[in-house]
Amino acid sequence: MSESTPQEITNMPFEAALAELERIVQKLESGDVALEESISIYERGAALRAHCETKLKDAQAKVEKIMLGEDGKISTAPADLDAR
Amino acid sequence: MAITNSPEYSVSELSNALKRTVEETYDHVRVRGELGRVTVAKSGHVYLDMKDDKAVIDAIMWKGVASQLSFRPEEGLEVVATGRLSTFPGRSKYQIIIEKMEPAGAGALMALLEERKKKLAAEGLFSPDRKRALPFLPRVIGVVTSPTGAVIRDILHRLDDRFPRHVLLWPVLVQGDKAAEQIAAAIEGFNAIMPGGAVPRPDLLIVARGGGSIEDLWCFNEEIVVRAAAASEIPLISAVGHETDTTLIDYASDRRAPTPTGAAEMAVPVRLDLLERLDGQRQRLGAALLRTLEHKGADLRAAARGLPRPDSLIADKTQSLDYLQRRLGPALQSGMERRANRLALLEVRLRPEAMARDVAERMRRLEDLSRRLKAGLSQQIAPRRQGLQASAQRLVPQRLARMTKDKGDALSQMMARLGRAGQAQSKAQALRLKSLSSQLEAYSYQGTLQRGFALVRDEAGHVVREGRALAYGTGLSLTFGDATRQVQVLGEGDVIAPSPSVKSKPRAKAKPQTPPEQGSLF
Repeated sequence: MSESTPQEITNMPFEAALAELERIVQKLESGDVALEESISIYERGAALRAHCETKLKDAQAKVEKIMLGEDGKISTAPADLDAR
Repeated sequence: MAITNSPEYSVSELSNALKRTVEETYDHVRVRGELGRVTVAKSGHVYLDMKDDKAVIDAIMWKGVASQLSFRPEEGLEVVATGRLSTFPGRSKYQIIIEKMEPAGAGALMALLEERKKKLAAEGLFSPDRKRALPFLPRVIGVVTSPTGAVIRDILHRLDDRFPRHVLLWPVLVQGDKAAEQIAAAIEGFNAIMPGGAVPRPDLLIVARGGGSIEDLWCFNEEIVVRAAAASEIPLISAVGHETDTTLIDYASDRRAPTPTGAAEMAVPVRLDLLERLDGQRQRLGAALLRTLEHKGADLRAAARGLPRPDSLIADKTQSLDYLQRRLGPALQSGMERRANRLALLEVRLRPEAMARDVAERMRRLEDLSRRLKAGLSQQIAPRRQGLQASAQRLVPQRLARMTKDKGDALSQMMARLGRAGQAQSKAQALRLKSLSSQLEAYSYQGTLQRGFALVRDEAGHVVREGRALAYGTGLSLTFGDATRQVQVLGEGDVIAPSPSVKSKPRAKAKPQTPPEQGSLF
């Protein structure tokens, strides 16, 4: 699945991508799809699935603390929470 | 002046004596009263009035004490203050220096809370229309809470269990007089982060604090905090205290979590569930496509079976062709024969002897007819010739001459009579003409011309009645009483009143050579 994913899918929120994937699966399962369409929506489904997987893989915890500068600008620093 | 043995104080001595007395006597008092005016000085010290229905006492709370307060002192709030009395010798005023202050019972605070809630609700800050849905899977979560303590750890642990995320912690005090200000500033600060900057903008906020007394949680009831939460463009979960504690921020937030842990659960879905669901979808997706292809394949094979064999499609036609080809040869043959027969029949009728007989017959009939034509003609002419001769004999010249002479005499007589009558007639006519001439003379325009009018004619001799259409330079002749003179039109035509019924003031300059109503002269 190394095909280039359309930009439109890359920017899709996870929830919307998952919901569309489910719709595609249901449509394919209903069998009521023309051959051409069944292949093109399968391809879209595969792209959506890959997108969702990427989102789910991106599950690294990162905890940062906001630092307030004197000029009111904010920056971040790794948070060393005592009990972690 | 009466001599007394009373000692004499200086003002300072008296003031200081009073100060000592007051401080020693009232070095620890508890006083209950309603707060009057509350002033926070720049220095951070707080000056207040405490009062009941009859008396007022000044109170002061040093900066250090004020920052420890779990609530914000407000006018009208009933409090119990603990401290000591002191005086300020410079003004000889006494005041209570508060070391500790609490709201006088939960009832007082609740009443205040209720009143504020009503006020903010009336502004629409708690309206359900303002609530926004939380993002399904936030990328960055902003947490406003204390960096120490269990709350942030609880949140992070639960996030790790469900779906580890990027968390930005905005450290704040969650208790004390600075807390409300910091919490509000943190909510506003997160909202002020622009997308795409060095610090990622959170797509979800959690404002959290662990359990505590109503006073401990009081900062989450403060108006600035509630307003900041209501104004937050980023969806916000409030998680303050335990499930039974409700603070005003809970009404203004988009979701209220019973605990900080609960907030983490609302914030993210469970990753493993999603992975499982996604895996299920993947399997179904593949299977569904395969099944679709199989079905289509089966449909194709079934359709192919229904097709007739190609050679069977043309077999019939081939047979028909063969049959027709077989019939084509004989049919041609018989057609030729039929035509040959008809030709032979016609040839029989087309013989020269027959034609010669035909011509001879027609010649005979022609001769016969010409013979009868001649005989008929002479028969018609003879009687007419005899009639003509008879008429010619009756035509006699003498009779004709006599008739001519008679008519000539009559004509001469008539001519003589006509001459006589004509002379008489002419005389009468001359007289009549003369009389008419003189009458005519009387009515002639000549008389008018004598009165100063002139008659205008164009080059063709026609009378000119209208001057408007005359072009510049047109030649005219003017007939006066005594002579006729040639003139030329100069100047443009000034239009005189178009209708004679309109009385227009005659213009001095307008001297039309042709009076507009010349026709009426005659």
